[in-house]
Amino acid sequence: MTATSAGSGPGAIARPSSAARTRARSRRKATPSWVKSVLMWTSIAAIVLFCLFPIYWIVNTSLKAGADLSRGALWPDNPTLRNYRSVLNDGDFLLALRNSAIVATTTTVLSLFVGSFAAYALARLRFPRKALLLGIVLSISTFPVIAIAAPLFKLWTDIGLYDAEYGLGLIIPNLVFTLPLTIFILTSFFREIPRELEEAALVDGATRVQSFTKVVLPLAAPGLVTAALLVFFAAWNEFLFAITLTSTPEARTVPAAIAFFTGSVKFEAPLGTISAASVIVMVPLVVLVLVFQKRIVAGLTAGAVKG
Amino acid sequence: MAQIVLDGVTKRYPDGTEGVRNMSLTIEDGEFMILVGPSGCGKSTALRMIAGLEEITDGELVIGDRIVNDLDPGERDIAMVFQSYALYPHMTVRDNMGFSLKLAKVPKEEIAQRVEEAARILGLEDHLERKPANLSGGQRQRVAMGRAIVRKPAAFLMDEPLSNLDAKLRVQTRAELSRLQARLGTTTVYVTHDQTEAMTLGDRVAVMRAGELQQVGTPMELYNEPTNLFVAGFIGSPSMNFLPAKVEGDHVHLPMLDMTPTPELLEELRRIDRVIVGVRPEQIEEAGAPGTKGWPTFDVEIDLVEPMGAETVAYFTVAGEEVHAGQLAEISRDRGGDNRISAGENQVVARLESDSTVQRRSVAKLALDPDKLLWFDADTGARVGIGAALAASV
Amino acid sequence: MTSITPTQATVPPRPKRSGGGSFGRSDRRLAGILLSPALALIALVAAYPIFYAIWLSLNEYSVRVPGLQRFAGADNYREAIGPSFWDAFGNTMLFTGVSVALELVIGLAMAVAMHSAFKGRGLLRATVLVPWATITAVTAITWRSIFEPGLGFAPQVLEKIGIAEDVIWLGENGYAMAVLILADVWKTAPFMALLLLAGLQVIPEDVYEAAKVDGATTWQRFLRITIPLLIPAILVALIFRTLDALRIFDLPKVLTDGSNGTNVLSLLAYQELTDNRLIGLGAALSVLTFVIVMVVSFLYIRFVGGNIKTLAED
Repeated sequence: MTATSAGSGPGAIARPSSAARTRARSRRKATPSWVKSVLMWTSIAAIVLFCLFPIYWIVNTSLKAGADLSRGALWPDNPTLRNYRSVLNDGDFLLALRNSAIVATTTTVLSLFVGSFAAYALARLRFPRKALLLGIVLSISTFPVIAIAAPLFKLWTDIGLYDAEYGLGLIIPNLVFTLPLTIFILTSFFREIPRELEEAALVDGATRVQSFTKVVLPLAAPGLVTAALLVFFAAWNEFLFAITLTSTPEARTVPAAIAFFTGSVKFEAPLGTISAASVIVMVPLVVLVLVFQKRIVAGLTAGAVKG
Repeated sequence: MAQIVLDGVTKRYPDGTEGVRNMSLTIEDGEFMILVGPSGCGKSTALRMIAGLEEITDGELVIGDRIVNDLDPGERDIAMVFQSYALYPHMTVRDNMGFSLKLAKVPKEEIAQRVEEAARILGLEDHLERKPANLSGGQRQRVAMGRAIVRKPAAFLMDEPLSNLDAKLRVQTRAELSRLQARLGTTTVYVTHDQTEAMTLGDRVAVMRAGELQQVGTPMELYNEPTNLFVAGFIGSPSMNFLPAKVEGDHVHLPMLDMTPTPELLEELRRIDRVIVGVRPEQIEEAGAPGTKGWPTFDVEIDLVEPMGAETVAYFTVAGEEVHAGQLAEISRDRGGDNRISAGENQVVARLESDSTVQRRSVAKLALDPDKLLWFDADTGARVGIGAALAASV
Repeated sequence: MTSITPTQATVPPRPKRSGGGSFGRSDRRLAGILLSPALALIALVAAYPIFYAIWLSLNEYSVRVPGLQRFAGADNYREAIGPSFWDAFGNTMLFTGVSVALELVIGLAMAVAMHSAFKGRGLLRATVLVPWATITAVTAITWRSIFEPGLGFAPQVLEKIGIAEDVIWLGENGYAMAVLILADVWKTAPFMALLLLAGLQVIPEDVYEAAKVDGATTWQRFLRITIPLLIPAILVALIFRTLDALRIFDLPKVLTDGSNGTNVLSLLAYQELTDNRLIGLGAALSVLTFVIVMVVSFLYIRFVGGNIKTLAED
């Protein structure tokens, strides 16, 4: 099952005698290597198909129009960008993209700014009831958002943040779950930085602020990138606040807009356009995933394997 | 350049335990002072208090002519070399060394000049633009040194700076460090648990145990005139041999022979419940070897012989109750277990002349230098009869 | 979704050497300054609303006249715990149980496959991240289009094989839940796989070699070595996923809007709050959801927390 147990590695081809010996020795129990190879490639293919077929399907649908759309074939006979054109001419959808960009970016910046201070305190400083505090922060992230949404709806209505333009009313609620995420990731990254480095900076004449900005932050940069990506994804994805705290296109973000999508062309099934809209909002995230996959995986798995 | 004075300095933790207790020590201007002791003895805590990385609970710390208790580390005009070197991984060697000067807003040209000068002294000129990750262990160590010397501080503080080097490089770097300190003449406080480093580097050595200063003195003072069992056992390699001794009438019974002490010493030994005698390995010679004239002799079977070239180390066992003393137990715990053999026997190490003919598993006649024996109270650890001469006879 | 593991809830003890801590006095003050913005925000948008929600749930509000309310005590709760609550509760539990179990099995299979794939591991990792990165609303749209009657890929294929002919997938009880679970498994099994893969990667190779020398077959090595050593990672992943599944909202909201046996607790509370504008009742339902999630978290931490804690202590 493991890489080294695969019987004969690539080197075995160059040295037939050793490959032969390996085969002879392992005949009794071990599965022949070609079977393993086939198994491996089959499972890889299955995973890729499982993960990517739905994406293919939505792209396929988004390229269909008219008769194609009502046939449901595995590929479009007459691929067209009509759906994309009509989505990009849809003012409401563009507003949603704008709002999402603003909300997700601002949430990320605020979350990192506020979260890095808190994470530093939790990772480094000594104060009473630290474990309790960390526990509370983390337990916030298990709250069902619905339990917060109704009171926030009332509160936001009272103070005028309900349905605020650019989706500004969504930023602070988003912080409820992005802050614990940020604090969690950054705390584990800050802990990795040797305390002695900061002490060296202090002896070198740095203030605590300088030792944070000139030593800790640059070294935690990978952690900051990871946290930023995960927070951005979470904010871009956020749905419940988006539909409870906004009601007009001027305030709505992408997930809400997609949920309420009706298509710009009346009397036409919106399947094509909604697929095109879905593809458009997916593209930036998929690009981010491909570029930063290592950082994202590091962030997702932080704490899952090491304490 | 400055004198460092610790006056009754104490570190007390919130739970009441004391890391360093009432430590008073004056480190002269330009002196190379070693703080040595087993792990957990408070030597690092003491150094960190001097650096300002640990708060001083009680007492006063003076560097130069300032009381620095409440000053931040950066304001104390000191430089520190950490055990892990604590090089900034994201900065080049040049930036690592120049970081403190940059923070102090020293002009750029001066920083460059001082960094290059330090790099020349340490042989790092070719590595200035590299990152620490691309340096060898020895180079990293030198960058850490360089970071300290570019500042021209009043004092260097070093926390086991050689412990991450391999044995050969450690010896070499030790010599370089000694030369460098002599050349710069900067007051240096150096923490180590390695007694060899302590003996070879320091102008003076301060031995610490369980948060308390035991003895301060030159290496030879500590070696020849230790104040207690702990210092006697900690300093010296191979360690001093400790054997039980019993006063019987007007003589003292040692496991291998009896001796007659001077009346003054006898008087003092009589007041002690349990006496331990300390014998340095080089105080035992083969009978008849040069300089052993008049020494009492004894016959013993040799367990093991290690010919070292310059000398021959012989091990033998003598009967008698095993010595028990808290201070000795602390040392052997720190060195990873009790190397003394089973109850009822005591192992003795002797450093004989290289031309010695002693053989493993054969009986040899050895002689003991009676004038340099050290006497201790097993219960308090204190050395007794300091200054008293001992005339011995078989 | 990414949520937080309670792994770090216990702070590992600091090494004794610096035990007294540098800067003892200033630490507390600095910690206070650094933590207060985060804590203030959390108090504003999490703690305060929770208490407010409890207050709302104890009152009755007029639908007609805004601002008209009276204290109702437990009335809302009595009304909330009715057939639709039990229905949503059952659906939530069914959804959570089945989807988390499937995700664990599929995620584990994916992780093992990814771990043994010495070629194309990077490609696989990127591939697997795509469903995770797809926003939930889009996931719902995608699976809706895959199961679109007559047009979707799934009904066409199934019809050809002769399974589930003439089923309106999202329009029938049971079938709709199946699509909901499938969509959730698609989106989160890869996430599970990544967590478990990270766990697999820290199992040292020589343990397997030792087992091989001892004569263990591939399957025995998997059962006796991989699984036991993976248990901590599995537990963390299970906690992650269970707490997320219990709170699920966006996927059923967009996919079915809770119709045809897919109504879950969060969605029910939402409907009462917004569609029916029954603030008191909706608040009571959200408080109930909150309590259920908290009870499950508590049980988890109670029963598997010990394992996690030892894990956290390196």
